[in-house]
Amino acid sequence: MERNDGITLRRDPAAPARLALTLLIVVLVWPGFRLTEFDPGVLFDPRNRETMGKFLATFFPLALSADFLRLVFQSTLETLAIATAGMTIAMVIAIPLSLIVTRSLSVSRIGPGPGKWRGRLVRFPARLLLMLYRSIPEIVWALLFVRAVGLGPSAGVLAIGITYGGMLGKVYSEIFESGDTRPTYALLEAGSGRLATFAYGMFPVALPELVSYTVYRWECAVRASVIMGFVGAGGLGMQMELSMRMLNGSEVSTMLAVFLSLVMLADGVSALLRRVTA
Amino acid sequence: MSASLCRVSLVHANGFRAVSCVDVSIAAGERVAVIGPSGAGKTSLLRMLATAVRPTSGDVQLLGADPWRLGRADLRRLRARIGLVHQVPPIPLRQRVVTAVLGGRLGQWPLWKSLGSLLYPADIDGAHEVLARMEIKEKLFDRCDRLSGGQLQRVGVARVLYQRPDLILTDEPVSAVDPALSDRVISELTREAQSRGVTLVASLHAVDLALHWFPRVIGLRAGEIAFDLPPDKISDDMLRDLYASETATVPTQAEPSAVAVIRRRPLCS
Repeated sequence: MERNDGITLRRDPAAPARLALTLLIVVLVWPGFRLTEFDPGVLFDPRNRETMGKFLATFFPLALSADFLRLVFQSTLETLAIATAGMTIAMVIAIPLSLIVTRSLSVSRIGPGPGKWRGRLVRFPARLLLMLYRSIPEIVWALLFVRAVGLGPSAGVLAIGITYGGMLGKVYSEIFESGDTRPTYALLEAGSGRLATFAYGMFPVALPELVSYTVYRWECAVRASVIMGFVGAGGLGMQMELSMRMLNGSEVSTMLAVFLSLVMLADGVSALLRRVTA
Repeated sequence: MSASLCRVSLVHANGFRAVSCVDVSIAAGERVAVIGPSGAGKTSLLRMLATAVRPTSGDVQLLGADPWRLGRADLRRLRARIGLVHQVPPIPLRQRVVTAVLGGRLGQWPLWKSLGSLLYPADIDGAHEVLARMEIKEKLFDRCDRLSGGQLQRVGVARVLYQRPDLILTDEPVSAVDPALSDRVISELTREAQSRGVTLVASLHAVDLALHWFPRVIGLRAGEIAFDLPPDKISDDMLRDLYASETATVPTQAEPSAVAVIRRRPLCS
């Protein structure tokens, strides 16, 4: 507010927008809980507690027979292989697409200069492709590939590769754009090409974020490979499905313990890599 | 003609008029300092000369071409011939000094050489030479996050020296460097421009550096040219007027000093 003596009152001009945003979030979130009939009281209802308790009681003690452990070990290796191979394919898909999609790497945006429409024309289909890859759940891709390449791990690998390619591509490009883009623009403005600019200006800025997100996605891929195991794509999931079908809770809990240790492993690897690349 | 701006204006997206209707022509080999209070449009002017931003109106000619009428490949080649030393060095802190310096020639190197240089630096001697001129050769293989602000700023200058551009632009290249080294950095930039016969345009916060090292000084105020004169024609009153809105004194390298003691160099370069 401008007073007639020219002194402006000290009032945060951003406050109304912030208040509006807060209200908007409440208005959007509330129906979500209504629609899902979310009621935490149900968890503490005595009857429900008893049912859950009975189910959990079958989980103990863990199944630790040598034969079963050997089976679990083999399936674990298979699961790790599915997740790792799937992530490799995902990165092969994601890296080039994310480089195309990233707007900060667009030379024509500076100015803007020539080729602005050409850039948009190339970015749009790449973005669309990434959306297509990740909008179809990996389980649907897995069902599709099980029909194409038969039961077994390779269907899981392909399913993870494609869905996660879509996810990685989107998030990689967002990481590239959310970091400090000054080094990138400085190089582009000195005539450097897109790929060289990426390697010298963008990659070093984004590296720790890339590593931590990629390792986290690898961890998700381990879990996803389990779900796909349910539809016959191999690994721990296939074993878990068999155990569940036979209502063998202790075998299920052994495998859950393996999952916990895999997640811990991923966590450790991520922390290590972040330290190395920091 | 190395660079010319003809009735050039730049209006930012928020409506702020950074530069209005500026006419400047700079001949090849000229050395020009741009001074003025903060917000006067010094950075905007340099960014237009660096083809980083397109003027809202008016014509730009750089090294014999209108950059915004060029095709993609020609514009890229033109950009490789223009080097801008940014006020905040645009260098990833995780990068090593040698890589940051060699990055200056990405616009000239083929892609295989640029990428190969990440595996093993393609021109260690070249990087060493420009760093030595900035007196930080011992930092060659250090990571940039180990450097102080002033050291990093000198790496930024070294990178542009390594680029060997035909038009050297520097945006307050010594704002974080101590006075003794500032003289050294500016003298190296001057030497580079003179020995290769290329143009140097430098915005400077310290008026004494501008008056001492540059045969032509442009004073910018509120996006307009207040004066465009050789240093011995610039009176103390003109300088006081230029900075009237900002401070009572004219900014120099040392603590605020009276204008009278600012060294003026005769035009003997």
